[in-house]
Amino acid sequence: MTPDVASTVLDPIVLARIQFAANITFHILFPTISIAMGWILLFFKLRFNATGEQKWQEAYGFWVKIFALTFALGVVSGITMSFQFGTNWPGYMQTVGNIAGPLLAYEVLTAFFLEATFLGIMLFGQKKVSNRVHTLATLLVAGGTTLSAFWIIVLNSWMQTPSGFEMINGQAHVTSWLEVIFNPSMPYRLTHMLLASGLTAAFLVAGVSAYRWFIGQRTNAVLAAMKTGVALAAVLIPLQILIGDMHGLNTFKHQPAKIAAIEGIWETERGAPLLLFALPNAETRSNDFAIGIPKVTSLILTHDLNGEIRGLNEFAEHPPVAKVFWSFRVMVGVGMLMLLTSWLAAWQLRRTNTLSPLVNKVLIGMTFSGWVATVAGWYVTEIGRQPWLVQGVLLTKDAASHVGSGMILSTLLMYLALYVFLLVSYVSVVFYLAKKAGQPAAEH
Amino acid sequence: MFNDIDLAYWLPVIFAALMVVSMFAYVILDGYDLGVGILLELEKDTSEKDKMIASIGPFWDANETWLVLGVGLLLVAFPLAHGIILGELYLPVALMLLGLILRGVAFDFRVKAKAHHQAMWNTLFFVGSLLAAVSQGVMLGRYITGFAEGWGAWAFALLVGLSLAAAYALLGAGWLMIKSTGALQMRAVRWAQFSLGFAALATVLVSVATPWISPRVFELWFSVPNVFLLAPVPIFTAVLFVVIAYSLPRIAARQAQGNDRWCWLPFAATVGIVLLAFFGLVFSIFPHLVIDQLTIWQAASSPEALSIILAGAAIVLPTIFAYTIYSYRVFWGKAGELSYQ
Ligand code: HDD
Ligand code: HEM
Ligand code: HEM
Repeated sequence: MTPDVASTVLDPIVLARIQFAANITFHILFPTISIAMGWILLFFKLRFNATGEQKWQEAYGFWVKIFALTFALGVVSGITMSFQFGTNWPGYMQTVGNIAGPLLAYEVLTAFFLEATFLGIMLFGQKKVSNRVHTLATLLVAGGTTLSAFWIIVLNSWMQTPSGFEMINGQAHVTSWLEVIFNPSMPYRLTHMLLASGLTAAFLVAGVSAYRWFIGQRTNAVLAAMKTGVALAAVLIPLQILIGDMHGLNTFKHQPAKIAAIEGIWETERGAPLLLFALPNAETRSNDFAIGIPKVTSLILTHDLNGEIRGLNEFAEHPPVAKVFWSFRVMVGVGMLMLLTSWLAAWQLRRTNTLSPLVNKVLIGMTFSGWVATVAGWYVTEIGRQPWLVQGVLLTKDAASHVGSGMILSTLLMYLALYVFLLVSYVSVVFYLAKKAGQPAAEH
Repeated sequence: MFNDIDLAYWLPVIFAALMVVSMFAYVILDGYDLGVGILLELEKDTSEKDKMIASIGPFWDANETWLVLGVGLLLVAFPLAHGIILGELYLPVALMLLGLILRGVAFDFRVKAKAHHQAMWNTLFFVGSLLAAVSQGVMLGRYITGFAEGWGAWAFALLVGLSLAAAYALLGAGWLMIKSTGALQMRAVRWAQFSLGFAALATVLVSVATPWISPRVFELWFSVPNVFLLAPVPIFTAVLFVVIAYSLPRIAARQAQGNDRWCWLPFAATVGIVLLAFFGLVFSIFPHLVIDQLTIWQAASSPEALSIILAGAAIVLPTIFAYTIYSYRVFWGKAGELSYQ
């Protein structure tokens, strides 16, 4: 290691960023599932209430266990987040605390207590309260997770496209809460995230059910859950692609440097191609090995084959290109795979009420595909905003803390070890529960 | 009508009070479930362990949310202090989070993992609970010495850490006396006696050490007339300890005959002790947030942000109280088995 590399690795700002990114990446894995899974459970419950068919009750009984596990992981990793804001980014609250503070406080007050309290009743109260109250508790938990997504996404969108405030003595002061909350990118980001959550949960349900189907648990409950997952995925993915496109247009307007990085465009050009593959090279400030479809990017973003796209070289500051460029392609690539598999599976299930072995295996392989796309999407969004923490208002480096790098490094290593351990445990327990569900006596 | 001067004075006071209330709620509520987690190691029988955890299963998540609120209020109302305090406490905070994470996930893994992994998750449940409790005590200890350096200050912090773990164990044992029956209940009485000794010893040590380490606290408590006005605090604390010590064997004797009256008394008395400790602490520190460095007014956010939050809190907090009470009513009485059915 050259001294230069060593000092970058130990730079407290870099470490604080890696640590924050590691923690939030681990955190988002679980909310993404729980937000939509709450609604899926409510759906199972309502189907059972309406039809009285045992299979819906069984599906609920199986998935509520996975939900509880997921939720617990979401809660404990979320608590880490609330400590990290102050420890890793003290400059953040000092500059935009007047906006971030109330939004975070409203999240805790309106969402966290609601979901945490009714979770107890939802999980353990089935015998203690009436069916109606139990259904209501399930609804409140699902609503609570969605509400919490709302507040945090409002805050995150505001960091991308700040509005409704003025700067006085280096501090943001609100001029209109409506503009803060309904900032220009919020509707797109919230919809895109909720759909991402729906897709992640849908592929989890479909994938685990496909696994159970594959190992011979061919019960009505498994089939019902599989159909629910596949149908949900097949409906949501076209919507997601549509919203994603609109989201990109919105970003093109407000964060053009991010779009230039996403598309890998260095020089301002007309009729920009859609790059399928390229190795963006920050040193030569150009792409190596670019393969693209001529003019398509201009068409998508400006609705004109010869529309002008501003290149990275026009911006004094722009995000690291390769990371954003590739994260975006991972997200979109997974999205296309999702479209293909969910439609194929839906078509087979409709026609034959079962899956061909190939599609069955592909669905199992796609169990956690939502995670990949979601994390990749967040990397596009967050890395694409750099060097800003709050676009145009606060630089990431100005918000960083003064905690020594030794301290950050050691806790970072501790967190990473823990996360790997928990992730392995989570995935194996999910499949273990699936396997065990086939044995009647194993009911817990 | 309010004017700006009033708001700038009162809003930080109100938020400091809200923060103390949610920290108090946290210490009591998560205190009893972390305490049950600590006691888990003393119980060898797996099905008894299940019962212990069943008594806290429906509550722990909401209990932990009070910590999120307390820290959240520190963050949003006193951002300057949040940065300083949590920056200074970086290491114990990280260890506490490690503990809370292990404890929180062990709830589910201990029954869902493969059979031969379940024992490991039970151990991690205990380790996580203990680690979280001790780290919280260490945080408190570091905080009241104004983050003093040197081995004396760290030894003191560790002492506070162990005291807090003992206090949590006492709360946990008191909780189990209320929520369980039969053999488990009898064992809970014994655990309570055991942790009571530790908690009492620790209380004495901390009460002596705090003024000794901090001249300011000494001045505050031992000057005339404060020394007389404050005398009830240690006296009541001592009385409550005696009440618990006296009642435990008698409750045990009654319970052996199936009579459950007064089973709530040790828990309630422990809550009283914690309340007095909180009073002492707040009295020693107010109006500082970082001792001898920063007052609540210096650290506060602007009144505009605080008023917005307060308006929401005024509506939402009573709602939260209402449904929390509802949830305790749903799970009132002895804890049964923990199952999703
Ligand atoms: C889009 C959704 C989303 C995003 C981007 C985040 N969270 Fe989260 N969070 C949730 C969605 C969520 C949730 C669905 O509401 C969780 C997950 C499972 C759960 O229990 O609640 C949760 C739990 C959760 C908890 C525990 C709540 C409890 O005790 O019940 C805290 C303290 C946070 N989060 C804090 C944060 C912070 C500070 C974030 C930003 C940096 C953040 N979360 C990003
Ligand atoms: C939940 C999904 C999210 C993911 C996966 C995510 C991911 C990331 C990543 C990878 C970074 C590091 C970027 C870099 O340093 O180059 C980052 C930075 C950051 N994000 Fe997010 N983020 C998410 C949500 C949020 C939300 C909701 C907020 C705030 C409300 C937020 C606030 C921040 C802050 C303060 C930074 C620090 C700047 C930095 O590290 O560069 N993030 N995030
Ligand atoms: C296939 C078509 C898709 C397109 C065109 C698309 C487009 C986009 C764009 C442009 C962004 C960045 C916006 C910004 O930061 O300004 C983004 C972010 C994101 N994407 Fe996608 N996306 C697609 C598919 C998916 C899929 C399948 C998922 C997950 C299942 C997903 C999850 C996310 C997430 C979580 C973010 C970060 C949050 C946000 O900024 O909304 N996307 N997407």
